[in-house]
This record gives sequence, structure tokens and C-alpha cells, in this order.
Amino acid sequence: MNTQSNPMAESFASPVAAPSSPLLTRPFYWSVRRELWENRSIYLAPLGVAGVFLIGFLVSAMHFPGMHTLSVIDPAQKREVIAMPYDIVAGMMMLTIILVNVFYCADALYGERRDRSILFWKSLPVSDLTTVLAKATIPLVIVPLVACAIAVAVQWIMLLLSSAVLLARGSSVSALWTQLSFFQMSLLLLYHIMTAHALWPAPVYCWLLLVSGWARRATLLWAALPVVAIAGLEAILFHTTHFAALVGTRLIGASPERGSTSPDIFPTNPMTHLHPGNFFSEPGLWMGLALCAIFLAGAVRLRRQSGPV
Amino acid sequence: MKVIEARGLSKAFGTTIALDRINLNVEEGRILGLIGPNGAGKSTALNAILGLTPYQGELRVLGRDPWSERDQLMRDVSFIADVAVLPRWMRVSQALEYMAGVHPRFDRAKAEDLLAKTDIRSTSKVRELSKGMVTQLHLALVMSIDARLLVLDEPTLGLDILYRKQFYDSLLNDYFDRSRTIVVTTHQVEDVQQVLTDLMFINRGRIVLECSMEEFEARYVEVTVNPERVTAARALKPIHERQVFGRSSLLFDGVDRQQLSAIGDVRTPSIADLFVAVMGNHTSQNQGVSK
Repeated sequence: MNTQSNPMAESFASPVAAPSSPLLTRPFYWSVRRELWENRSIYLAPLGVAGVFLIGFLVSAMHFPGMHTLSVIDPAQKREVIAMPYDIVAGMMMLTIILVNVFYCADALYGERRDRSILFWKSLPVSDLTTVLAKATIPLVIVPLVACAIAVAVQWIMLLLSSAVLLARGSSVSALWTQLSFFQMSLLLLYHIMTAHALWPAPVYCWLLLVSGWARRATLLWAALPVVAIAGLEAILFHTTHFAALVGTRLIGASPERGSTSPDIFPTNPMTHLHPGNFFSEPGLWMGLALCAIFLAGAVRLRRQSGPV
Repeated sequence: MKVIEARGLSKAFGTTIALDRINLNVEEGRILGLIGPNGAGKSTALNAILGLTPYQGELRVLGRDPWSERDQLMRDVSFIADVAVLPRWMRVSQALEYMAGVHPRFDRAKAEDLLAKTDIRSTSKVRELSKGMVTQLHLALVMSIDARLLVLDEPTLGLDILYRKQFYDSLLNDYFDRSRTIVVTTHQVEDVQQVLTDLMFINRGRIVLECSMEEFEARYVEVTVNPERVTAARALKPIHERQVFGRSSLLFDGVDRQQLSAIGDVRTPSIADLFVAVMGNHTSQNQGVSK
């Protein structure tokens, strides 16, 4: 090209005017949408678990007339027997959340580098911060909410199925409906999932996101190695296992000090007393969230540097 | 209006110097071809321009610093870096929806029109498309962005000649106008000879030749002469000489065409001929220095 004198020498025109606000919010929304398109396990996994569980429940409701004997056992046990399947479905959903989240996070910033699609994503006006936050929203908000909604739906279907089976046999459904307070149970489940399975393990998921933006292969292995190394050193030097216990309890959503500030109350028990004050005044929670911020900031920096692996 | 302006643009990977103090000025409305051997620094230069890699030196693209303002820059710049980078799980309809969602200058109707001319169905997933169709899809997406700068890094690698021809025809007919700027790197130089307005050769991180296509056509002449005329031709100081079926082809820079037509068959060289000449000389010079 001609490098002759250019009449518009000071051509560094000031960048176009600042974007209006709707343009700021849409990239985030669409970034979350595209994660849902790409990772259908976010809803398929809990749906699959729910389907399998419902089939099992239906079969057992038809074949085990356990409900008839309910009248003879004492009321305290009665509640437990009735509530047990509802607890099981809630527990299975929590396990599903952990599995989906671990695998999602380990791949989140790695998959796009492996399949080179990062070159496509980066050709669009979406900042690295937006991308990383959208990816962090999946394990911290979307997966828990989806799983919780599915768990509640399953519990309602179970209640209706049991009622139908009992009515068909000519038994009373009053025991079922009086022993379980469903709205309370659903709210408790939501609270439990969002605290114990989203906020509490958040540093674990953010750590996985960070490693997925850094490792060139085997992200889960790289994420686990430092944990194993630190736990091993601690065991050799101090003969204790605090670090391993800390990471483990974070991941499974139980507080190290069971009982006091623990979020691991089981959600069907109407006797449960929520202590959100305790949970939110727990320094461990805030230290965890601070760690999250550090990990995510690191992930944003890595995203900016990274190309295909 | 300068679209790209670089002063002393440098980039090193460890001890390997990929870009060695490059100065670059690309004006609006040009189609610049960046030609060079593998590892010459073409992709590194483009990556710096696109904000994909940090660099030393001064670089402004549309008045912005690409490294710190990539996301804003991408409203006015679009690029295809490498073939087959579209996510394989994505449906064509999802790609359109997503682009419309995140890109303020994306014209979905135009993309749909462009795709209607191809065999690509909107329900297909990228993984179900052939390599040529993926490139068509990517080009349709990119051409539907009202961008001021389009960067293409080896956009037709591995495609057959029909797709390549279509690619550049489509680019010129449906996209390019004098207010847009295109920078393209490719090894298939014969495809772009009629497309480019400007030419730049890059080797070992440095620009070794820079000219407009008008200059190219005016300056460079290739003469094919019979053996008995070779000495006469050599006296005119060709920049390169090669043997073709017992005759000699000599490439001249800035020698009068009339004078040359007296000694043999004159033609305008292809970019590839000039490339071989310039790179050959460049390499032998370097070897001469190291000896």
C-alpha cells in the first residue's frame, strides 16, 4: 500500500460512542444460552435421574403395599417412613448437581480451546469477563435451580402417584398429606440446594473453572493434583487431614462443623429450623466466596491470553 | 482513514522472534494480501491486530488498542482465523440466533439470504456439514456483519478449487465495497491475484516487499527467452532466473517492457513467481551474511 503522505494523518479517530445499556446485557444472556445449547447434560442428567427414580417409585408403590401397615407404627416412625423416598429423590438430585457441575467446570474453558472454537467466540464482541461469568453462572445458579425444580416436580408427582395408588386400594390418603408439608419442603429444598450445593462448594467449582482455562489436557487431574499434594504434605508433616476434609466437605455440601452452622439439614423434616443467619455469618462462607473471586479473576486473565491448544 | 497503523510492532516467543519491528499502514477500502512462508509471522501479525495476543510496539486498529479493547473492537472487525473453528455442536439456526444476540451489527436476514444460496439447512449441526460447507457458513456469518475491517487467515485452506473460487467471488460481489477493508493471508496466491489491491511479502518477521497491485503490474515483467538471448537478457539485471523447458524465464523489476519484448516473450508475472524470486533472494542474502 502507498505510504505516501496521508491527508488524514491524525487518523486515530476517537472510538465510537459508548454503547447503550441493552448492548451490555445481551452478550451475557446469550452466553448463558449457548452454554445450555452446548451442555445439554445440565438438564438431561437431572431429568434422566428423575425418570429412573419415578419408574422405580411407581413399581414399588404398586408392588409393596407398605402403606397399609403405616397405621400400626408409631407417629414418629410413620413420618420417617413416608418421607424417606422424598428424601432419597432430593439426595439423588444433590449428587447429580455435584457430578454435572464437576464435569461441566472441568471442561468449561478447556473444551473451546480443544475444538478451536475459541477463535470463533473471540471474533465476537463478547468480553472475556462476560464469558467467564456466564460459565460460572452455570454451576452456581443454573444447575442448582434446574435440579431443584426437577426434584420438586418429582416429589409432587410422587405424592400424586401415592395418593392415586392409596385411593385405588380404598385407603386413606390423610396420613400422607398431613405428614408431609409440601410447600415448606420445597422451600427448604431450594434453600438447602442454593446454600449447601451452590454457595458453599462455589470455591471448588471456581477452582475447576480456573484449571480448565489453564491446563492443556487432563483438566480434572491437574485440578486434583495440588489438592492431593497439599493433603499429602499435611499428612506427612502434621499427621492431620484438615485440608482433605475441608475440600471434601465443600464439595459434598457439608460444613466441617456438623450441626452448628452446617447447611446440611435434610429438607423434608418439618422440625428443621433454618438458620440463614448462622450460615451467612459463617466466615468460612465469605472466605470461600473471596477465593471464588480470585479464581474467576485468574480465569478471565487466562481466557484473554489463551488460544487453541 | 487508516484502518491499521503499526509502529515497531514486535513479538517474540521465547528466543524466537516472530515479528521484528514491523511498520504497517492499511488504508480504508484496500484488500491487502499478506503472503509469506510458514512461520514467517503472518498469523502472529494478524493475531496482534485482532487482540488475540499481546505484543510490543505501537498498534492501533480503527483507533483502538486491540489487546485491551478486543471486545469493543470486535463490533467493527470480524475475522475468520483458520478453517473449521465453528463449534461442531452448534446448529446453523443457533449460530444465527447467537450472532444476532451478541452482535449489534449482525444482519440476520442477510445471513439467511446468503445461506439460502447454499445447500446448508438451518437445522443442520456444524458437525454434519462438509468442510466446504462449514467455510461457506462461516463466510455467510461474517459477511452479514457490517464490519469495517475483515481479517481472513488462511480462509480457504484444504478446500477444493470450486469452493475457493466461490469464496472470493462471494466476498467481492456480496461484501466488499470501498468503505470496507480486508486483510487476507493465504498460500494459494493464484486465487487472490485478481482480488487484491495491495500486496505484502513477509519473511522471518519482517516485511520484505510492499506494493499496490498497480505498482506490481507496472514494475514487474517476466521475459521468457531462448538460450541464445540469455546473455543479452542477463545484462539487464533480472532479479530472478529459472529454467522452463529449455528456455529461461527472467524476472525484471522496473525494466522497460518494450525493451524486453525485443528479446523474448513478455508477460506479467504471477504473485507466486515474484514470491519465489523475492524469497529466494532474501534467503540467499541471509545465507551470504551467515557465511
